[in-house]
Amino acid sequence: MKLKAVAKTRREALALAGIAGLAALIAPRISLADEQVVAAEIKKLYGDKKIESGRIKLDVPEIAENGLVVPVTVDVESPMTEQDYVKAVHIFADGNPLPGIVSYKFTPACGKASASTRMRLAQTQNIVCIAEMSNGNLHMAKASVKVTIGGCGG
Amino acid sequence: MANTPTPRVRLPAQAKSGELIEIKTLISHEMESGQRKDAAGKIIPRKIINKFVASFNGKVVFEAEWNPAISANPYQSFFYKAVESGEFTFTWKDDDGSDYVAKNKLTVA
Repeated sequence: MKLKAVAKTRREALALAGIAGLAALIAPRISLADEQVVAAEIKKLYGDKKIESGRIKLDVPEIAENGLVVPVTVDVESPMTEQDYVKAVHIFADGNPLPGIVSYKFTPACGKASASTRMRLAQTQNIVCIAEMSNGNLHMAKASVKVTIGGCGG
Repeated sequence: MANTPTPRVRLPAQAKSGELIEIKTLISHEMESGQRKDAAGKIIPRKIINKFVASFNGKVVFEAEWNPAISANPYQSFFYKAVESGEFTFTWKDDDGSDYVAKNKLTVA
């Protein structure tokens, strides 16, 4: 009985997400506003500091069949020594109800600045990743994920 | 579904000195996002694991702050450079204040 109830709400959640996706198609301004939300979040963390590109490998699927479980892997190029390592990595999504996904803190003991997790995406959107190096330099990477809802995998 | 979350951790029991090992963790948890509504239209309150901390011999090596966008039964993998033998402590911090802990030994040959 309990399982049934969960499936029902999950279906409702998918339907809601579908409506949200449709709304985004009709009014592209909404997603633009969300991009600004992500920019504001980054500004809150690092102010107006210059952000370079490169050094980050952000691995997300081009097309996600199920927006509830989307794998994400971030890999930052760094020697990971006491003098030069990746301090923090933040991942944001510009089309979710809340922009933040995850924040990582690495230490030189990690040996490699790489981490994987699974995230929820409400609709097709961009994933933004910011890496903070031990010397204060910032790097950014972006990737877009197409979320198909109610597709073959849904 | 509402059982106590069970952590599962996978890492090699032995490693050579200087070897890079991958640690994979998984914990059963609903990660209720606080965005969903129940049948009556009321918002289901948020209840997620908001933080994951990995330490080795008492020293924090890796931290992850999770937001509601993290999927149910959260998975987290990361790397560690084996230097000495010791014990990992993995801690998951729940919104309700409880901590879930797993410990794993690592032997460096």
